[in-house]
Order: sequence, then C-alpha cells, then structure tokens
Amino acid sequence: MKEIQVVAFTLGYQEYGVDILDVQEIIKVLTITRVPRAGRFIEGVINLRGNVIPVFNLHKRFGVSPVEDRGEARIIVFQFEDTRAGIIVDGVSEVIRIGVEAIEGADKVYQNMEAEFIQGVGKVQGRLLLLLNAKKLLGLEL
Amino acid sequence: MNMDMSQYLDVFLEECREHLVNLNEKLLELEKNPQDLSSLNEIFRAAHTLKGMSSTMGFNDMAVLTHHMEDVLSYLKEGVIKVEVPIIDILFDCFDRLQMMVGNIQEGKPAVDNTDLIEMLESIKNREKSSPSSETDNKSSTVTPEQKDRELAAKDSMPFEFNQYDLTILKEVQTRGLNAYYISVKVAPDCLMKSVRAFMVFKSLETDGEIIKTYPPAQDLDEGRFQDRFHLVLINKLDEDTIRQRIDNITEVEAEVIRLIDLDSSQEVRPEAQVAKGSAVSRTPQIAAAGDRLPEESFRSNKVKQTVRVDIEKLDNLMNLVGELVINKGRLEQIGLTQQHRGDLNDVIEQMERITSDLQNVVMNVRMVPIEQVFNRFPRMVRDLAKELGKEVDFVIEGKETELDRTVIDEIGDPLVHLLRNAVDHGIEYPEERRQNGKPAAGLVRLVARHEGNNVFIEVSDDGQGLDLDLIRDKVVEKGLTTAQEVNNMTAAQVANFLFRSGFSTADNITDISGRGVGLDVVKNKIESLNGDIVVDTVWGQGTTFKIRLPLTLAIIQALLVKVGDETYAVPLSSVDETTMISRTDIKIVQSQEVVLLRGKVLPLVKARYLLECPEHENNEDVMYVVVVRKGQKQLGIVVDSLIGQQEIVIKSLGRLLTGIPGVAGGTILGDGAVSLILDTGTLV
Repeated sequence: MKEIQVVAFTLGYQEYGVDILDVQEIIKVLTITRVPRAGRFIEGVINLRGNVIPVFNLHKRFGVSPVEDRGEARIIVFQFEDTRAGIIVDGVSEVIRIGVEAIEGADKVYQNMEAEFIQGVGKVQGRLLLLLNAKKLLGLEL
Repeated sequence: MNMDMSQYLDVFLEECREHLVNLNEKLLELEKNPQDLSSLNEIFRAAHTLKGMSSTMGFNDMAVLTHHMEDVLSYLKEGVIKVEVPIIDILFDCFDRLQMMVGNIQEGKPAVDNTDLIEMLESIKNREKSSPSSETDNKSSTVTPEQKDRELAAKDSMPFEFNQYDLTILKEVQTRGLNAYYISVKVAPDCLMKSVRAFMVFKSLETDGEIIKTYPPAQDLDEGRFQDRFHLVLINKLDEDTIRQRIDNITEVEAEVIRLIDLDSSQEVRPEAQVAKGSAVSRTPQIAAAGDRLPEESFRSNKVKQTVRVDIEKLDNLMNLVGELVINKGRLEQIGLTQQHRGDLNDVIEQMERITSDLQNVVMNVRMVPIEQVFNRFPRMVRDLAKELGKEVDFVIEGKETELDRTVIDEIGDPLVHLLRNAVDHGIEYPEERRQNGKPAAGLVRLVARHEGNNVFIEVSDDGQGLDLDLIRDKVVEKGLTTAQEVNNMTAAQVANFLFRSGFSTADNITDISGRGVGLDVVKNKIESLNGDIVVDTVWGQGTTFKIRLPLTLAIIQALLVKVGDETYAVPLSSVDETTMISRTDIKIVQSQEVVLLRGKVLPLVKARYLLECPEHENNEDVMYVVVVRKGQKQLGIVVDSLIGQQEIVIKSLGRLLTGIPGVAGGTILGDGAVSLILDTGTLV
C-alpha cells in the first residue's frame, strides 16, 4: 500500500499537513524582523544559524485568526533546492502516514480553484487534514 | 576522449584558456609591431603547446588546426613569409575558432570542421613557398634545435656566456675554496615529463650547492621545453664523482659532461660560448635575454610561487563562515561590556578581535582576483570595433594587476564594454577629421585601474571630440529635466552627468555599436548596485573621461546603525554624507515638502518611520536625528529616531523570495542575533 508521510500542524482550529520531504526543520519562534514593503503575507525574516530566511504568515493568507498563545507556535522551515522559507503555525502535532487511497482530490472538496496550493484532503482516524503543496504555497511553482 | 583522460579535462580547459589569452595578447602586439620576434615566438609556443595538449586529450580538430597554424608561424619566424595584415587576420580567425572549440569541449559539443581555416593557412604556406626571396639572409636560423644541441654536445662547450655578475660569483667561489662545475645532463629520449627529471636533478644538486645558470632558462626547464639535454652551472664543495653519482641515481637521466670551470681559462671559453650564443640569439632572442639577466632569480621565483586551484564555492563558504565569526565577535564584545569582572575576558576578546580581523583580511585577499581577467578581452574588442568603423585607435591598458573581489569582477565587464564601445564609436573621430584638428590620426583610448584606500578606481578615457555640452543642455531643457536658466549655470561636469539619466542619448545617428536605447543609465545602475559610483568629465575637442569608483569587496561593509521606532536599520556608510541633530521647530514646510536649513542650504527631509511603514508614523520627541544621504546629484535627509553608531556588517541576501523590495538592499545579523535590514538609499525614496 502506497502512503505518504506528512507533518501535521494547526492554524487556528484547522489541521493541515505538508509533505515531510519538503520540510527541513521545525523550530521555535525566533525574533522576527519585519520587512517593510514586502507584501502582507510576509511576516518578516529570521536568522537561522547565520542565514537570513523569510517567514510567511499563513493566518493572513488563509484569513484565520491565530489561537491564543499557548507557547506552542512553531516555524516550519522548508527547503527547495537553494531556497529556504518558513511558515508560522500555531502548533505542530505529529508526523502521520496517510495511505494514498485515503486522500481526496482537492477538486472534489473545493470548487474554487483559488486554493490551488491545496493538494487534497487526508482522512486519518476521523480527522481531516488539508494537505498543502508547500512549493505552490510559497510561490516557487505556479 | 577515453575515460582516464576525463579527470584532466578541467585542467586542460583551464590551461587552454590561459594559452588562448596569451595568444590573443601577443597577436595584438604582433599586429602593432610586425617586427616583434618575441611576440611571434610566444604565439608559436602557445600554438605548439595547444597542439600538444589537444592531441594528448584526443581533440583532433584542435590539434590539426593548431598544427597548421604552427606551420605558418614557423614560416613567419624564419622570415620565409612576412608578417602582413591578412595573415594576422587569419590568425585571429583561428584564435576565435580555437576559443569556440574550447567552449564546445566544455559543453560536450561535437568536434568542429576547420577545413576553411586550414585551407587558408595552407594557401599562405604554398604561396610563399614559391617565392624564394628571403632565403639568403636566414640560412643560419634554419638550424633546428636538435641540431644545435648536437653541435653543443660535440664541442663540449658551454651554451652560455658569463656576464659580469656571474664572473664575480665565480671569482668569489674560487676564493672561498668552492668548486664551480659545468654540467650537461642528458635525459632519455622517450622520457615522459622531462620537467620532472630536470626538477629532480636540481633538487638533488641544490641540497648542498647552488645552481647559478641554466640553459635553457629555468622557466623552460620547468615547463619541459627542452630537447633531450640541458646544461647548468653548479657551485658546491663536492667532487665530480659524487655529483655524477647523484645525477645518475635519478632514473632516465645521465650526466653527460661534468667539468670544473677554471676561471682563468674561462677567458678562453668565452669566445667559443659566444658563437653558440650568437646562433641562439637569432632564433630565440627573448629566451637568451631572460636567461642572461636573472638566471638564478627566475628559477627561484618559479619554485616559490606554488598555487592551488580552489573551487569558488569553497571560498564563498569560507567567507560566510568568517562572516559568522565577525558577528559572534560582535556579540562577545557586547557581553564583555556588561560583565562586572572583565579583566581576563577582555584580554580574550581583544585577542579574538585581532585574529578575526586578520582572518577576514586573509580571506578577502584570497577572493581577490586581478582585473586582468576582465581587461584581457578588451584589446581585441577595441581593435575589431575600430576596424569596423574605419577608425584608428591606440588602446592602452594600465594597472591590470589591480585586484578586486571576485563578485565585483564578475559584474564589471558589461559596463566597461559599454563605455569602451562608446569611446571608440562616439568619442574618437575619423582619422581625416583628427588630422584636420591637428591631432594624430590614431585616437587614444585608455583603460586604467588603480587602488586608492578601500576603493578601486577604473577610468575609461579617450582623446576624441568630447561631449557636446550645448547639445546636452538643449536636450535637458527639451525633456523638462530642469530649466534653461539653471542648466546654463551648471558646471561642465554637472551637465555631462545628465547623460546618466535614463532614456538620454545624444547620439545623432544610431549605429550598430551603441545608441540602441540602452544608455549610460544602465551602466550607472549596475555600478551603483555594486555600491560604487561613476562620474564623467569632458573637455570639448580634447576628450572624455569616465571615472568609476568601486568598493574592494561587497561582502562586508561599514554601516551606520540607526533606530526607527523600535527597529534597527543599517545604512551603508558609503552613501552617508553626514549626520546631524535637529529640533522639531527647525523643520519648515516649502511647497508641502518638509525641509531643514543645513549650513544655509535647503535639505529636503523624509521620515524613515513613514517610508518604512512603521505602525506609528510620528514620534513626539523634540530632538530628531537626520542622516544626510546622497541621491544622485542631490542630498536628502532621512529622519530617524536615534543613531546607534558605526559598525562593520556582513551583507546577507534575503533570498529569492524577497528580491527587488525597493529600499532594502539586504539583511545583516547584529550582535544580539537578530536580523537587521540594510537600507538602499537609492531606491528608498
């Protein structure tokens, strides 16, 4: 049975997942420096061991309000070839294996394809995870 | 190419390029001075080496072409053919083809058909064969090197003459009870890597002695450019047998002659040697001359200067790590300041500071590349351009050994091409026009590079007609950039600098070469993106000079740290003119623009909080700090909340996702580990 591994995280009260192969690491939230004029989905830049990398704010992008700070917020850092970028999430729960047959295509769930970075919906033990294509999400691939 | 050769491909390509650069340079010299035997020799040697290298590597197209070039060149050398423009043009074509072939090899493209060039080369050869005009005076030089070697061995005479310097050494040798030997060493004819044998001989003899002279010169020996024997003069205490034994211990090498040099009889030796040298001179004057002058030094310096080729990526990595170190040094200093008992800690910090800055200098030096790399392609370009336009141009390059950071080197080529093309196309007049104006028919274009402090200056100047300032003034007014009255009050330099405005071209007739809408503004932008600047100076009828200033390195810069709201920003010190403190009441409003009077001059103000979209636009302090920056020709005051100070910062890119944000040149990491943005004053407002 074919399956993929995803990193599950929460934004607001919704659960999301990204392919673990795209994730470089998950870190605690560091000091974020605001970048003026960078567009409103950019939260700012952080110093990741001497490298300056941008951090995206998905709350604004998805229009969800962040949950009350319980100290579980994290930055998920993605790496694609020579580009790295992070997203702020409200919490990272676990790494889940999802069988391919348990993934519903995005077109069946969402009518408006504005959400083209949504790959599908994974069903795991009664939970629904929105699976995101990180590359499209960050605008690295159309 | 077979498999086991592939590992040498990089080295092969690298060396090919070096030889091609040399070939190009010498061809240009030869064109200028057709009698110059030494450039001809160099060209011949480059072609010869390329032939050898390419046939070893199995690139037959290249080997065949260079072989034919070599034929023609050897005719030129022997004087059978005269050096003429058409021949040089064909050689240039060959050079272009070779360069293309090297490119093809690198990209794995197939071999090239060179029949056209080979036919041309053949036709030169054949044409000249039929005219036996110049045979008489060149008889002596038709002796092949092999023949000469044999002659020398037979006579058992030394292939060199002692000059005053050598004689002094030899005399001293005698008084100190040492021996001076003349040694002739024979290398087995089928020996591979002859240079290594020569090196081993030298090494074993130099352990307790000194070699003061060699033939061929040391450099040729190092590169294996000799037939099956070489000659040297050795000074030491040993006796003949020991020396012979030592040399014979090295495989494939045999000491043919070992003879004590008797100073008294060296007078007798001299005339004999002179004959030998006489014939050597006619063929290879340059080698003989170099060998005569500093035989010892040239050998030494060759041995000392060992180099390693390093992948550029590794150097970049090293630079990054040093950058990290500089940042952490900064953190340590901050910690040091806050500690109570800081005797020992401060010692360590100071020590560390010294080591770090040394390390930084060394790494920066390693990344420095002579600007020669960029300059080398220009002589050819200027020559072709001048030919195409029917102009005569003398092109002078100075200071090509000036070193710049590799990142700057990579970027500076295009702007210089643009300026040089402009100089030849628009600057230099046609020969008849120049003659009428009492100038020499050939125009002069100079490209000069030099160091000054932490900057490198590059100047492109011509002695052409100069810029038509009136024309520029008209255009300036026409385009509404300023008023007629204002422009008339401007200095020549101020007017000339309008050329850097975008869409500003004064070229009356658009030619193929320049004036295609891509103007000097592109040049200026490029140079400003390298943190440099460019100015132009011109005198009507006498020429134009473009002067470029570039920083030595781009990776680490001096910056002024400022506070805006609760955020810290860095402003490159190179764009800061001064800083000043003003009171809120000093600000006046002129045409809805906030200004302040600074030493009697009106300085427009902009608020950093506003520009940087800070949540709170106003601060209510009465005292304000102003950073005065240059923006083009004008000054501008940026109002910030406070000044933190000057600091060395390491520039970090914000990455692909955050490029092209106006006003932000990059990021840097401060002592506390937080990222701070570097402002680009050019695009901020």
